[in-house]
Amino acid sequence: MFKNFFPNKILLLNNKLINSLLISMILIVFVGLIYALFLSPPDYVQGDSVRIMYVHVPSSFIALGFFGFIGIASILNLIFKIKFVTLMAKSLAPIGCIFSLISIVTGSLWGKPTWGIWWVWDARLTSMAILLLFYLVYIFIWKYVKNFEKANKISSVIGIIGLFNLPVIKYSVDWWNTLHQPSSITLTSAPTIHYTMLVPLVIMFLGMVVYSLIIFLMRYKTELMKLKLDKKNQK
Amino acid sequence: MLAKKVKSRMIFLILLLLSTAAIIFFVLKTLEENVVYFFSPTEIYHKLNISFDEKIRIGGLVKENSLIKSQKSIKFIITDLKNEIIVTYNGLVPNLFSEGKGVIAEGQLKDRKYFVADKILAKHDENYMPPEVSKALEKSN
Repeated sequence: MFKNFFPNKILLLNNKLINSLLISMILIVFVGLIYALFLSPPDYVQGDSVRIMYVHVPSSFIALGFFGFIGIASILNLIFKIKFVTLMAKSLAPIGCIFSLISIVTGSLWGKPTWGIWWVWDARLTSMAILLLFYLVYIFIWKYVKNFEKANKISSVIGIIGLFNLPVIKYSVDWWNTLHQPSSITLTSAPTIHYTMLVPLVIMFLGMVVYSLIIFLMRYKTELMKLKLDKKNQK
Repeated sequence: MLAKKVKSRMIFLILLLLSTAAIIFFVLKTLEENVVYFFSPTEIYHKLNISFDEKIRIGGLVKENSLIKSQKSIKFIITDLKNEIIVTYNGLVPNLFSEGKGVIAEGQLKDRKYFVADKILAKHDENYMPPEVSKALEKSN
């Protein structure tokens, strides 16, 4: 499967695939939103503000997952120096950045009516804000360090340091007392979300993953073309 | 197999990763008191260097049938099912504040059993369900 992301495969990638992904994304998100906003029930204590979760939780998952990829790519990159892995990480960063911002904003919109406050500095919220900062620093390095090798090295170091933040975010709610509630979906036990709410959550997650995939493929293809162009210019 | 250069880079990086992980672990462990957002009544009970003037936060469940509302202020008990602290507060409480639910109070400890709050936050738990299901659950209990 990984072979499909090799440069030559991506450059051959035509707009047909992107278009079909786009159509399926619109369909999935449409169904997901109908389900999340109209068909699913309100929560027994939160009422309708539970619907914010259908955007908040998938955004957080994607933000964490993408940084995980960036971190691992950074390790591989410093050891083996594979260029296309770097470019994949570079293309993922803006998407993860936007989703961590969405996660924080929707979370705080939910926090005001539920907790009674927009923002607190508890372990979960703080570590999530740190993730956003890591994304921003990572992106800014690629933007402002013009030399590719240099930018590659510095951003990889940032990617690796940021990797340590991920388990802290994930387990902050278990390790310390936080205002944020613990995870409802875990690997070890049954989800504590009723299935009428779990189904739209999963659909919305799928839709947002497909969206991210589209943006990623477009960015990645552009990066590869830029690289090819640079090589040509050097000759 | 692997080139020598690659191998040495790999070993260097692994050592660096392990030591960074260890440093982060110890830093977080040392700062634990600052990382936690609130203390439970049991933690207050066992806490050694307790300060009665500083602003701190305590949290737990609002004990069932403990909420007393008077004209200006409210009084209730925060419990973690082992220890309890009596809390007084005057001001508005969040909508989700109710008996049997999670709560965090910010304010000052007068002694280990008595707390004067100047801010109340409701803590939501990880359970999400429709009202009918919650009612059915209550009935079966």
